[in-house]
Amino acid sequence: MTPLLEAESLGRTFGARRAVDELTFSLDPGECLALFGPNGAGKTTALRLLAGLIKPTTGTARIGATRLPDLAARSRVGLISHRSLLYDALTARENVHFSARLHGLTDATAATTRALEALRVGDRADVPVRALSRGLQQRVAIARAIVHQPDVILADEPYTGLDESGSAALTGLLQERRAAGAALIVVTHHLQEGLALATHAAILRSGRFARYERAAGLDLLRYAAEYRELVA
Amino acid sequence: MTHPGLIAASWLIARKDLAIEFRTRSAFLSALILSLLAIVIFYFAWDPTAIGAADLAPGVLWVTFTFSGLLAMHRSFGVERQDGAIEALLTAPIPREAIFLGKAFANLLFVLGVQAIALPAVAIFYNLPVGHALAPLAVVMVLAAIGLVSVGTLLGGLTANTRLGELLLPVLALPFFVPVVMPAAQVTAHLLAGRPIAEAFAWIRILLAFDLVFVYLCTLVFPLTLDD
Repeated sequence: MTPLLEAESLGRTFGARRAVDELTFSLDPGECLALFGPNGAGKTTALRLLAGLIKPTTGTARIGATRLPDLAARSRVGLISHRSLLYDALTARENVHFSARLHGLTDATAATTRALEALRVGDRADVPVRALSRGLQQRVAIARAIVHQPDVILADEPYTGLDESGSAALTGLLQERRAAGAALIVVTHHLQEGLALATHAAILRSGRFARYERAAGLDLLRYAAEYRELVA
Repeated sequence: MTHPGLIAASWLIARKDLAIEFRTRSAFLSALILSLLAIVIFYFAWDPTAIGAADLAPGVLWVTFTFSGLLAMHRSFGVERQDGAIEALLTAPIPREAIFLGKAFANLLFVLGVQAIALPAVAIFYNLPVGHALAPLAVVMVLAAIGLVSVGTLLGGLTANTRLGELLLPVLALPFFVPVVMPAAQVTAHLLAGRPIAEAFAWIRILLAFDLVFVYLCTLVFPLTLDD
């Protein structure tokens, strides 16, 4: 079976610095990789490579059988960045609707409403993004990223700024997408949050996997202690 | 789910840019005020006994259009930079050329909007009867705006991520604007002097050729400016 997401010797250098160094891994439908690592470890660069935003210096990334950054591969990816990727002069609904239209959804209006309701921002949907709090902006940013129900969700610190209700909505949504067969990569500094969702866990250090393993059976406290030791 | 094609995606992006501008009106108002101020300053610096209004007006018009147009082109990618929105465009399943065409089309409407207000202002200030030449003038203004906008949008995208983008854009763009502004000013002078447009066909052909070449080239080159 072809994996849903596959990276083969994926690497990226910026000048002399290797931000991501020969990453090889794959995720099948329904799998979730929690990616941990200290600041500057290359987590965001790895996600940007997998979203087709930057070109790899070495290796390839594929979504199904399609190589990134082909259009067909990009259409199956949803990126939740640590920036909102929103237009602050437009309303929440206009931002999400614009994304839905760019992805060619036949019923963009209904998909927009569904995505905003799922993130519990339906009642603020017609407010310009600049008038929303940081947490609500993050919810809209997530709605924008998942409005086309992507097969691969790349989430960079998705819980940043979310309150309890927002976090619960996001966790529910990610679990729902996983159950529907999507593959997820969640970058986070919070081990508990990441491991709760993950089928696989990895620690990135200096652009390479320092550890990559199945998450089932991992003991949180032991893993946290080993993580601190690894990144120290 | 069918990905939008080049034209459909361009239109979506143009509509989005126009909606943002309509909502904020910041760049349009800035461009308009800059245009009107320039026209007023030129008027007060003008010695009518030394140079006739019909001789001065084409220069005033095209200097004004060029600099106010630059504001639009700079703003065009500013809205994408603010919260990293360009990344959402780049991950969407649309051809990257659509980003250029959509932004160029929105910029074209922006520049034409400024021209539509600045031309009557020049006519009033310099007491120029433009009514007889309005249709050919409109054609020249559209042709020149297409040329200015194609180069300006490309360079706006190129300089958007630089620290001195606001300064770099005019420095890079103005040399490319010369082949547009020169024929446009020549045709405008012909028309304002009441001479037949047939005499200016050579200049119009230059404008047309520039538009065709630069719209095509800029559309092709633009995706390369997005590569990191």
